[in-house]
Amino acid sequence: MADDTRNILDEVTGKEYKYGFVTEIDTEFAPPGLNEDIIRFISEKKEEPEFMLEFRLNAYRRWLGMKSPEWAHLNIPPIDFQSIIYYAAPKAKKELQSLDEVDPELLKTFEKLGISLEEQKHLAGVAVDAVMDSVSVKTTFSDTLAKHGIIFCSFSEAVKNHPELVKQYMGSVVASGDNYFAALNSAVFSDGSFVYIPKGVRCPIELSTYFRINAKNTGQFERTLIIADEGAYVSYMEGCTAPQRDENQLHAAIVEIIALKDAEVKYSTVQNWYPGNKDGEGGIYNFVTKRGICKGNNSKISWTQVETGSAITWKYPSCILQGDNSVGEFYSVAVTNNHQQADTGTKMIHIGKNTRSTIISKGISAGLSNNSYRGLVKVTKRAEGSRNFSQCDSLLLGDKCGAHTFPYIQTENKSSIVEHEATTSKISDDQLFYCQQRGIDAESAIGLIVNGYAREVLSKLPMEFAVEAQKLLSISLEGSVG
Amino acid sequence: MAMSSYNGILGDTKGIAGLFEHKLSTSEFKGGKAYTEIRKGAIASFLKSGFPGKEDEKWRNSDIEKFLESRFEFAEGALPADVDVDKIFACEVPDLDTWLITLLNGHYAAKNSDLRILPQGIIIGSLSRAMRDAHELVEAHLGRLVNNDKNAFAALNSALSGDGVFIYVPDNVIVEKPIQMVNVVNSESGSLFMQPRNLVILGKNSQLQLVHCDDSRDQAMHFTNAVTEFFIGDNASLDHYKMQNINDHSAVLHSGWFTLGRDSRLTTNAISLNGGFIRNENEIVLKGEGADANALGVYLVDKKQHVENHVHVSHLVPRCTSSELFKGILDDYSTAVFTGHILVARDAQKTEAYQSNRNIQLTDKARVNTQPFLEIYADDVKCSHGATVGQLDAEAMFYLKSRGIGEENAKMLLMYAFASEIVQKISILNLRERIDDMIKKRLRGELSICDQCVLHCSKPDQPIQFEIDMSKI
Repeated sequence: MADDTRNILDEVTGKEYKYGFVTEIDTEFAPPGLNEDIIRFISEKKEEPEFMLEFRLNAYRRWLGMKSPEWAHLNIPPIDFQSIIYYAAPKAKKELQSLDEVDPELLKTFEKLGISLEEQKHLAGVAVDAVMDSVSVKTTFSDTLAKHGIIFCSFSEAVKNHPELVKQYMGSVVASGDNYFAALNSAVFSDGSFVYIPKGVRCPIELSTYFRINAKNTGQFERTLIIADEGAYVSYMEGCTAPQRDENQLHAAIVEIIALKDAEVKYSTVQNWYPGNKDGEGGIYNFVTKRGICKGNNSKISWTQVETGSAITWKYPSCILQGDNSVGEFYSVAVTNNHQQADTGTKMIHIGKNTRSTIISKGISAGLSNNSYRGLVKVTKRAEGSRNFSQCDSLLLGDKCGAHTFPYIQTENKSSIVEHEATTSKISDDQLFYCQQRGIDAESAIGLIVNGYAREVLSKLPMEFAVEAQKLLSISLEGSVG
Repeated sequence: MAMSSYNGILGDTKGIAGLFEHKLSTSEFKGGKAYTEIRKGAIASFLKSGFPGKEDEKWRNSDIEKFLESRFEFAEGALPADVDVDKIFACEVPDLDTWLITLLNGHYAAKNSDLRILPQGIIIGSLSRAMRDAHELVEAHLGRLVNNDKNAFAALNSALSGDGVFIYVPDNVIVEKPIQMVNVVNSESGSLFMQPRNLVILGKNSQLQLVHCDDSRDQAMHFTNAVTEFFIGDNASLDHYKMQNINDHSAVLHSGWFTLGRDSRLTTNAISLNGGFIRNENEIVLKGEGADANALGVYLVDKKQHVENHVHVSHLVPRCTSSELFKGILDDYSTAVFTGHILVARDAQKTEAYQSNRNIQLTDKARVNTQPFLEIYADDVKCSHGATVGQLDAEAMFYLKSRGIGEENAKMLLMYAFASEIVQKISILNLRERIDDMIKKRLRGELSICDQCVLHCSKPDQPIQFEIDMSKI
């Protein structure tokens, strides 16, 4: 039995990363290194207004005075920020008007990833913004959306066409000096997605961004800004992959969400950056700052994430519950295998009255990986009657991995209730025996149990993602008999 | 006779370094050459890190600034001959027969002898005396568990502590009577900084019940920085009770360092009833298979009091069990901090570890910080943790009120029931009854107003009487 387990585990861990190909495509690079000139170069390249350059330089200067965070339960090798290329863009000859003008190689890339832009456009009814090497390649459906007054475009376009919105909201949730990686992103971010849903509009289709790192030695620094005006609703999805390379690549992104009165934003991620090979070589360092603010009363922000990729994940999608009766949710499944490390969780800051938050985190560790949940629930004095429920479960598959839980709870209010629960376990022999006895082989049984274990979170994903997420889960874990 | 050789701002590390150099050069240090080396290492660790501040993860929620900025006198040396400890303090648990050890201001204050050897070879006495008379035992154990790099205050204690209690229980000996050690702080000359250092060694198959009380007799600002090392041998059993009832201006830091041998058992229970700043740190290392550790605590705080409990349990070998249960009731402006950390090392399979912290917050001004951590590197384990912050159950309140019990009484009853879960786990019957009684009084608000000895508590069925000094009114 034990040998079988090992064999199956080996087989699984030996499985190739499906998205590890490289696309030969003409790419324009900035020289490697980071200094004020590079930042000016990026800003100039993107034909940005003066305020953007100011914002970038300001962030860079703050970054210089900061230190890489060491508090996470991660072993981060030193990163040489001078060897990274901060700007790489697929060469576009002119502004694209229709999909036909997109480089066919590029279209093929996205097809291989299972997100054919063309198909997506016609069949799925999902508006996609595809970002390759930090530059938005194509946004579909923007015309349809424009009818509703919805703005869904690349960040650079937003800077050009809607500078007043960008100026008002950029950096208002994640300040440029918020943390080391946020400062770095603020200084060098190249593109990303921008969403604005006007008052009272319910976005009719799901919006989606697909991120792809392609070029070598580059870092990806994208920035997403989502603004839901009063009474608006949007569901936004994000996916990502990268080629298989021996060296580590840095991904430091920022996502900011602003929900005004009665607005609701649902943000779903399936993170599948290249995790490195089974000896822990290569892979993406995923250092992401994601934060939303429920600014108005009765607003709601919901984060759902399935984290299966990246060599190192450092990510805490958070909610600032400022408006009265606002709601924050965080649903997460994090899977680590081989030498992967993840330190992920959330922050729920209760400021408004009767604010509610729910945290459901499911960690699954296998191989030699380490998987940590780290979360903060803070209830301030003013947040009367607020409520939090947190549940963080860890599942260990194999005896060489680690599962850790680091919750922080701070309350300053007598009328609020905060609860935290966590368990750590492995798949019990009883459960396995039960399944096998009924003719389900060990491998399928594990899949069944793990999917059942993660179901609470998977059920929160939009349909398009749920299928992909379930597949990913079974790829990462099938056969890992504990 | 001078009580001290240092009187200055506590946060002045240069002054402390100077004091250390002075003591080293005048060979004032006890404990022989080997321990002097440990002292040197400890002071180096301390000077390297300095006093902890808000930037230290473990001290983020602790406000010790006001203590560091205050002037303290380092309590030193023996007692003035004319002080009769029994007169100023008589701690006793009614009907509880104990071996009593009294420390005054962190120093051993036995009247007759410094080192008592009881039947069966049990040694109880002053650590400084034991360094001379039982030096082999002391040398083999003292300073072996404390990680000076991890804990600046423990390093300071390691470097400069002068005295404390030494307890040795030989193999196969069951100590019939509980040992009770009481540290009373009483000073006429101002604020004291005390560093008692205790060493408790339990041989194989031995058993000991230890009651450890901190009490203050005056209203001055004092600072106790105590360190105790506990060696629990194979199949030995230790019940450790810590009672803290000091004035609202004083601070007590106590770090307990435990190592558990095969199939040994530990219960450590911290009962914090009153204190300006209380910080209990327990570092429990399960080294032998089958060891079982229980860390419990209850804290009832009000006004501007601050209580912290930090428990770190390391499961290094398979088949050990541990549990943590800490409960607190916070009133007024009080603050409480809990950090629990369970570490299950690789291959420490079949571990069972539980951790729980429950708080009742009675006002909007009170603050609770709780951090129940799990760090697990083995797969065949059962670990869980939970933390809650909330109020008294509204339905339970309604139930009681609807049966004619007044609001105040109903509240009291529920709070008492909440705390009693910990109290019920006290294995010494008389002590349990007394603590039960003290908690009732504490909840009625009678304990903190009691300027006189609270430890003269009556039995629950007797009326409470306080001696009131009319001349002070």
